[in-house]
Amino acid sequence: MATSKNQTTPPAAEAVIVGGNRIPFARAGGKYSSASNQEMFTAALEGLVARYGLQGERIGEVVGGAVLKHARDFNLVRESVLGSSLSSQTPAYDLQQACATGLEAVVTISNKIKLGQVESGIAGGTDTVSDAPIAVSEGLRRALLAAGHAKTLGARLKAFAAIRPADIAPLTPSTDEPRTGMSMGEHQAVTTATWGITREAQDEIALASHQHLAAAWDSGFFDDLVTPFRGLTRDQNLRGDSTMEKLAGLKPVFGKNLEGTEPTMTAGNSTPLTDGASAVLLASREWAAERNLPVLAKVVDAETAAVDYVHGHEGLLMAPAHAVARLLTRQELTLQDFDFYEIHEAFASTVLTTLAAWEDADYCRTELGLDAPLGSIDRERLNVNGSSVAAGHPFAATGGRIVATAAKLVAERAAETGRPARALISVCAAGGLGVAAIIESAADGSVSTGSTSATGSTSATGSVSTGSTSATSTTGTEA
Amino acid sequence: MADSYLKAVNSGVTKTLAKKLGLPRPAVLRRWAPGQPLTTGPVLVVGGRPGVEDDADRVAAALLGWDLDVRQVPAGSTPDPALRWGAIVAVMTEAQKPTDLSETVLAIGANLRNLAGNGRVVTISRATVAGDAPALSATRNGVDGFLRSLAKELRGGATGNGIQLTEAAQVGDPSVLAALHFFLSSKSAFVDGQLLKVGDGPSWDATDFDWTRPLAGRVAVVTGAARGIGADVARTLSRDGAHVVVVDVPAAGDSLARVANEVGGTALQLDVTAPDAGARILEHARARHGGLHVLVHNAGILRDKLLANMKPEKWDAVIAVNLDAQLRINEYLLGANGFSENPHIVSLASTSGIAGNRGQTNYGFSKAGVIGHTRATAPLIAAVGGTANAVAPGFIETDMTASIPAIARQVARRASSLQQGGQPIDVAEAIAFLASPGSTGVNGQVLRVCGQNLVGQ
Repeated sequence: MATSKNQTTPPAAEAVIVGGNRIPFARAGGKYSSASNQEMFTAALEGLVARYGLQGERIGEVVGGAVLKHARDFNLVRESVLGSSLSSQTPAYDLQQACATGLEAVVTISNKIKLGQVESGIAGGTDTVSDAPIAVSEGLRRALLAAGHAKTLGARLKAFAAIRPADIAPLTPSTDEPRTGMSMGEHQAVTTATWGITREAQDEIALASHQHLAAAWDSGFFDDLVTPFRGLTRDQNLRGDSTMEKLAGLKPVFGKNLEGTEPTMTAGNSTPLTDGASAVLLASREWAAERNLPVLAKVVDAETAAVDYVHGHEGLLMAPAHAVARLLTRQELTLQDFDFYEIHEAFASTVLTTLAAWEDADYCRTELGLDAPLGSIDRERLNVNGSSVAAGHPFAATGGRIVATAAKLVAERAAETGRPARALISVCAAGGLGVAAIIESAADGSVSTGSTSATGSTSATGSVSTGSTSATSTTGTEA
Repeated sequence: MADSYLKAVNSGVTKTLAKKLGLPRPAVLRRWAPGQPLTTGPVLVVGGRPGVEDDADRVAAALLGWDLDVRQVPAGSTPDPALRWGAIVAVMTEAQKPTDLSETVLAIGANLRNLAGNGRVVTISRATVAGDAPALSATRNGVDGFLRSLAKELRGGATGNGIQLTEAAQVGDPSVLAALHFFLSSKSAFVDGQLLKVGDGPSWDATDFDWTRPLAGRVAVVTGAARGIGADVARTLSRDGAHVVVVDVPAAGDSLARVANEVGGTALQLDVTAPDAGARILEHARARHGGLHVLVHNAGILRDKLLANMKPEKWDAVIAVNLDAQLRINEYLLGANGFSENPHIVSLASTSGIAGNRGQTNYGFSKAGVIGHTRATAPLIAAVGGTANAVAPGFIETDMTASIPAIARQVARRASSLQQGGQPIDVAEAIAFLASPGSTGVNGQVLRVCGQNLVGQ
């Protein structure tokens, strides 16, 4: 794929999003309580294969992962591929970046496609808290290892003798931050209080999430994004009939011991523990065209950030604020240049603290190094088809859910208006991590610039004329 | 679904017992398998006149082209007792008055004891048309009653079916031969006592036709394909070479995905009652597979209630799914010129729509409605070189019929000439035949797949 300098430089290869598939997300201990990560991810792959007729296809690479993972699942994604209808010659590997796993997988694959290293890829993730691994205590583990290494019966008995009653208790997985011992909710409670986010504002986000997701289901938006699994046909956590009154009646669960503050974070405006899996099909435009596959969007660019929440003062889930700022700078875009914002609702307040940070001149100057605040967004464009508070958040599966939803949204918008549409995606993650990405509608001919050098806020209207003329002049399969 | 009675009367001591007691003994039907010969033995062609080049000779010549052992014997001859006919084909097209057929039917009779298990009797005659002289009309219509009665006399899984030529159709026409091929083969295992009208539809070149992959290169859409008959239709059309789009409601998406992956097709999660269902089917078929040649309207629901207890939603749901959806999709596809060349629509009717069924006024209406729109659609689609036909299953062993109470289920199973329920594959084979290029002369017809169920025609 190397291009020599003395030729006309072709536009950089594009990584397009063909479509996605997920299984409905189930509440922990619900419909998928006996389903393993591998079963769920295989189901997500199988639905994708069926939707796009990929039976026997050798995909360039399948990349995904799980946050809560059994030791036996060291090759989770490859094993899922082997259990699917894809060609067994499809390579795969596991990737893990906490809640950003799915989005990072999309970024990784799109980069390989842009480099020409692969022509196609499936990115995704799966997680189950119902079927989470349970480990033995450190004391029992050391004793068992010592017994295994022992050469004599005596040495073996001696090793077992070292086990204390307390060592028998199993270790259940914890989502607490290892370096602070605080749960994610407690961390976010601090950030929420710092930014003065009200209970009412959080409940409004939560209510909108349920209402938007319910409306999307009712309108059939997920008909080609979701395949039922184990008798579940919709997201189990969804409560389309939720009201502000009902949400207001819930007791706070996080930040109850924060001095001088009223706790505001409830089970209603926080994301529930959930089981599920998702997958997104990415490809070069040519690969998709050769197989008569649709093209919803292209992955424009992405940025990952991390914040020092251990020694510094930054909130655990504030990294996306940084990632987005750097991404916008590189792309010469403003925060207002987007038709859709998909901000992962780890908690309703995560969305609100992120938005507040972008509006805060002081924060943008001191923390993000910007001359001016990024400003506010049109809230009508935020999580328009619901997000994690309503859908649930099976950690590694969330990225795939968001990317597929956003890709379909920009494709539909572009088809309606005849103009390119663009979405900003941001996902926060444990460990002070955050990933942001930009995707743009990419139906044949609708975006002709190819590379990512859109010029600020005028870019959308700037490429309209070229877009529509080339759409009429070509019939789908250029190249 | 296991028919344990059928198993019992075909094996071991219970077989002997059933024989001695004179109990009904349904046979294990021969069903299609790759590489299987077309018939189980030599084929006898009757109805020919010695020394004349007639239709019987033309049929015999065609059968020889299929590498069959074909025989024509002199009138009144007695067959070798050891001989087992795989099929008897009676050519009756040239009869002008009833007595012209005496020799032919008696020749069939003389050979019936030599018909092999799962053998075939196929009559080829002409349908009555307006303007027939009374004697000619009597002759042609007489075949109808003869065939249906004969089918009821056959045992051991043998079936009797008839081809009725209409218009200018000739016995050597590809469409006529395709129907003959279907009736002779094990693909028609559960089709019995039926007369199929074959006209001279659009020309179809049968030269070098690959009978093992009749749908090669065709794009087929099957609704209600997640399970049951629809899933078997998808498998069968795929086996015959078609690119298959399987359609079912989003809630059935997981089993739909399994079917799609099994047949190497694509899954379209879609409620056929959606106003834009036709447009979405066409968009998917065209964008992903380059066209739309075959549409199988299989999606259907049951909401049984006596009419006195019928709730509006139960009536409306059945009409919406079983009938209105088909009408709307057909109307869209024909209006939008959506079909590719020589398209075939095959709709699922039911014997309940022919004979009626207590507790099924809604279902019966919808299925009779399907027959109605199929007849009316036939000339419309003929204008673009296509066909519209319906298949009416009788008692088929599916999850649906498994829910019928045990005694009623046993009675329903035995209430046909073949004394058993059919399998979903039997319905699928009939649909595959009507979806194949060979069926271009069959248009506006209803083919029953019912083992000659005792209800209705």
